[in-house]
Amino acid sequence: MSISVKNITKRFGGFKALDDVSIEAESGSLLALLGPSGSGKTTLLRIIAGLETADEGTVYYRDEDVTGCPPRQRNVGFVFQHYALFRHMSVFENVAFGLRVRGRKQSEIEKRVRELLHLVRLEALEGRYPSQLSGGQRQRVALARALAIEPKVLLLDEPFGALDAKVRQELRQWLRRLHDEIHMTSIFVTHDQEEAFEVADRVVVMNESHVEQAGTPQEVFERPANAFVMDFLGNVNVFNGRVQKGRAHLGGLEIECPEYPHDEAQTARLYVRPHELDIDYAPSGDSSLLAVVERVNAAGSVAKVFVVSQEFGIGMHVELSADRFAELNLGIGDSVYVSPRRVRVFMPEYVI
Amino acid sequence: MHKSLQLLDVARPATRRYSPREDPALVRWTLTLTAVFVVGLLIVVPVIYVFWQALSVGLRSYADNLWGNSDTRHAILLTLTVAPIAVLANLVFGVAAAWTISRFRFRGRTLLTALVDLPFAVSPVVAGLMLVLIFGMNGYLGPWLREHDIKIIFALPGLILATMFVTLPFVARELTPVMEAIGAEEEIAAVSLGAGGWQIFWRVTLPNIKWGLLYGVVLCNARAMGEYGAVYVVSGHYAGRDDTMPLRVEKLFQQYDMPAAYAVASVLTSLALVTLAAKTLLERKTRMELAEAAAVRNVGGSR
Repeated sequence: MSISVKNITKRFGGFKALDDVSIEAESGSLLALLGPSGSGKTTLLRIIAGLETADEGTVYYRDEDVTGCPPRQRNVGFVFQHYALFRHMSVFENVAFGLRVRGRKQSEIEKRVRELLHLVRLEALEGRYPSQLSGGQRQRVALARALAIEPKVLLLDEPFGALDAKVRQELRQWLRRLHDEIHMTSIFVTHDQEEAFEVADRVVVMNESHVEQAGTPQEVFERPANAFVMDFLGNVNVFNGRVQKGRAHLGGLEIECPEYPHDEAQTARLYVRPHELDIDYAPSGDSSLLAVVERVNAAGSVAKVFVVSQEFGIGMHVELSADRFAELNLGIGDSVYVSPRRVRVFMPEYVI
Repeated sequence: MHKSLQLLDVARPATRRYSPREDPALVRWTLTLTAVFVVGLLIVVPVIYVFWQALSVGLRSYADNLWGNSDTRHAILLTLTVAPIAVLANLVFGVAAAWTISRFRFRGRTLLTALVDLPFAVSPVVAGLMLVLIFGMNGYLGPWLREHDIKIIFALPGLILATMFVTLPFVARELTPVMEAIGAEEEIAAVSLGAGGWQIFWRVTLPNIKWGLLYGVVLCNARAMGEYGAVYVVSGHYAGRDDTMPLRVEKLFQQYDMPAAYAVASVLTSLALVTLAAKTLLERKTRMELAEAAAVRNVGGSR
């Protein structure tokens, strides 16, 4: 079932938590709401679930307007950030809760709960209480509980936020596999871009109560709509430069940017990802800057190098593949030429 | 309030800077003995003395003093009627008030919290007088009550109202911090799973707060049975009609019937001792309830 949210605005006192937000999730897709804390993504999720009411705007499930419907009628599965398991109930009873309040038959409840505990691989722990479970296990109970009511939509609020790195990685992949199996429209909230990119079909980047960009992970990463998205999605070198007549100037470099064709020179910000910078001992035409290697960190799958161009007073983070790094055999203090493969230019408050 | 502070104390990292054991022996012994002496003189000795006096006439007379006298018997039964009704009313009110205060943010919330505590600040005698001023024959509602032939002051309803007034804060005060510490997360989860208001209350909220609630009820009951001042004002003082146990003790005392006065007093004292035991046990359970709430919320990683 597809979900669309149209022009939602929500205020808490004088604070606008959501400002004219519209998003869409296709039927059967897995959508990530990605943004820093305070960007309004959790509020949006709660409005979709019916746990919070919007001041303005509409929520549609397929074509049906559910804006005024209570959660019970919306039939959504919601997984809370801290799981919110019923602490005085066993794992079995937690999962059974949604069915019990709907007055289902005991035999039916038992069958359904066992099915779900099998799905989340917790059959052996059905008699345990939440306080006797690990973080990852609680997470899976929360998921089983949300799925028990056969929801049309699954909503997850920072589902992996409270887990340690290893468990988080496993659960991420597991959630993706689970989604591919049951194929239910799912929306999850996260502030971790890596998580969003790995799990989601589409990503909605949110910031300061509005949507910055929506698209596939590749789209938003390769073609960020603005400086915020560029900055938020991964590490980036930021430089102050000048833009004039479709060309940006950074130190001695000139970069084409036809989207800014104005005649008078204006300051702009230039963004280069560390992996989009190359290092060589020889200059490559006029598109490289002379710099000195200051720091080297070769631990991990990529080598991280920090270089400084003394002429223009700018420092740059560069990421090289381990092979390239070995080939260059860089040492601290070496003079090298740095050339960007790709530069993105954003002007502050540029109005077209 | 003070219980949540104790919880914080437990959570404090174990940095040993100062131990009272390092104080001079004289200081330690003086403080300890003073405490023991005061507690002994003001509490232990009188409690033992009450039972001693009550039982000095022999078990048979003791039982006769309690049950043989119809007025005394009526006083005991009256207290056993008034207290449960007041406790039940305050149970309902307390849960509603704690729910309101802990779950909602609204204008006047602070005022409501303060008003719940008012009966603690007002002298019980004044509380009784207020009831007389409103419900008495010459009071504000007097003419209307007379017209409808309803008797409140100098009758059972007055006793119940007075007891309710003085015990009003107990349940709400105990429960509010418990409910605040537990948080609304589980209730919201229940809403998302399609539960209705009452289903949420019976299945989620109540099991979470049961020990805190019982704690409040025990304290409320002890106060309800022992209340003297407010009840004194609204009681008609007809023996065998509207004397509760504390009023009966006073009356027997005034009539110089010491063994009987002590016998009734010993029942009240026993109640206090039972309350004390229950309170100690429930305090521990309530603390566990709160610690569990903190633990379940603190899910940081795997255990």
